[in-house]
Amino acid sequence: MANILKIVAQRIVLGFLTLFVISLLITFGVELLPGDLAESILGQGATPETVKVFRTELGLDKPAHLRYLSWLAGMATGDMGVSLANKREISELIGLRLSNTIFLGGFAATIAVPLALFLGILAALYRNSLYDRAVNTFTLTSISFPEFFVAYILILFFAIKLGWFPGISNVSTDLSLGDKLYRTLLPAATLTLVVVAHMMRMTRAAIINLLASPYIEMAQLKGIRPMRIILRHALPNALAPIVNVIALNLAYLVVGVVIVEVVFVYPGLGQLMVDSVSKRDIPVVQACSMIFASVYILLNLSADIISIVTNPRLLHPR
Amino acid sequence: MLNILKIFSSAPWSAKFGMVVILFYAVISIFAPFIAPYGETELLGRAYEVWSDKFLLGTDNLGRDMLSRLIYGARNTIGLALTITLIAFVLGSLTGMIAAALGGWVDQVLSRIVDVLMSIPSLIFALLILSIFGTAMPYLIGTIAILDATRVFRLARATAMNVAVMDYVEVARLRGEKQGWVIRKEILPNITAPLLAEFGLRFCFVFLFISALSFLGLGIQPPTADWGSMVRDNATLIAFDDITPLLPAGAIALLTVAMNFVVDWMLHKSSGLKDVG
Repeated sequence: MANILKIVAQRIVLGFLTLFVISLLITFGVELLPGDLAESILGQGATPETVKVFRTELGLDKPAHLRYLSWLAGMATGDMGVSLANKREISELIGLRLSNTIFLGGFAATIAVPLALFLGILAALYRNSLYDRAVNTFTLTSISFPEFFVAYILILFFAIKLGWFPGISNVSTDLSLGDKLYRTLLPAATLTLVVVAHMMRMTRAAIINLLASPYIEMAQLKGIRPMRIILRHALPNALAPIVNVIALNLAYLVVGVVIVEVVFVYPGLGQLMVDSVSKRDIPVVQACSMIFASVYILLNLSADIISIVTNPRLLHPR
Repeated sequence: MLNILKIFSSAPWSAKFGMVVILFYAVISIFAPFIAPYGETELLGRAYEVWSDKFLLGTDNLGRDMLSRLIYGARNTIGLALTITLIAFVLGSLTGMIAAALGGWVDQVLSRIVDVLMSIPSLIFALLILSIFGTAMPYLIGTIAILDATRVFRLARATAMNVAVMDYVEVARLRGEKQGWVIRKEILPNITAPLLAEFGLRFCFVFLFISALSFLGLGIQPPTADWGSMVRDNATLIAFDDITPLLPAGAIALLTVAMNFVVDWMLHKSSGLKDVG
């Protein structure tokens, strides 16, 4: 047991080290630009005064290490500075949007995860059947589709032709939960379609891998029904790889959300980030990148930890 | 020639379909100026004209011929994706082989850099870099190429590691061959096959990635025709039950599907599995 704690602790330290390096990368990325950032963004026509004001706003007049420390302290306390574009507090801009994005991601995950597990298990059970082949073709196709293609197809059919759902998901805080779910159904469905294929494929692979082991053959020879073999014998042992797949795909959702939010004009963090990139509103982009990167890394980290903790070989070392 | 035909006819229907589609795209992008009825950036009529004999697929938001832009878009988007994939491969496989051949601190430094780059989602990293540098073409190419090179590095390093411990590599070293010679003559020929299969997958990734960036308005800049930005510019038409904006998106999807089918078949073939599933 001490052994496993040590491995987990190492992973956590490594994860936070990565976060630290990334925070460095995000803040010092600005330094990579040849020449001066202020002049590059403001253009040739900027007067020395405006350049100076801009530099003070971004803190470029301070030495880099001080700038990093104050930025880090700001991120930790929730004071992320002000946006360059509209001078509003970044924390105020981000707060609501972050919860919207989490809502959308969570909604998509609650549909996608059970669906992918169910379909994956079925594919493993009826492998090499017509169903399995159809699933295989479907997964190959869906990982090849750009997210916005899937999104617009859904909009065309369910919002325009059938008129069942709104094509624009403009949610606000005063909506009831049901209303919110109704309006975010199309974006959530898009995200689901994008991640389900991958998750399903890996679930299938994990279970098929296990079905080749001798103890499963033993169970088959005893005459146990196939469904029971999968649920009682194969699934518990396949849990680690499957949980890993789920966490990896949730991490993928974090990124996929950016494009889907833009398509559906959903007021989330991804849309804010894209807007800020085109306006070159660097403080906002930095804050958003840090949030996205942290969520991504923490999800990957938990995937690692779960697969370590659920690995029987590590739990009972010889 | 006969040999190629033989391989082609032995492929499953999905791979055949994939190869035909890829060939079709290649022809379109190479001969774009001869196939397209109008110029890439020519303003011809009113905005959003419907499909007609004059404009087969109508016009876009600025009154340019949709079909011509679709054809030129093939050239621009695929060309850019190929360029980036090639750069990423040269960069990734070179550093990967060097890391494997030299080992020690060089390997450590390169691998840790790649670890960090891979621990951030590519899209977020690209957005961050583009906000700092702007969306000029060299930065776009550089950013995506470096991000993609990390994946190639992993594969090249792993496969080269297996080769680097072989007896014939040691013999070459003992013979007094220089590091560069060992990499070029011993390691490279032995890792080419897995790298080639990876090329198709990486191309798909880059292609989708550029399209996504262009769709967000941060990739290939106007007036150059590009499929991702064409979807973005004409997306309003969807609200009027017009499928025209879906055509460039569909063109992206079709090519990646075709590519994936071919790569799937190649991997299947090289892994030595018989056709069971």
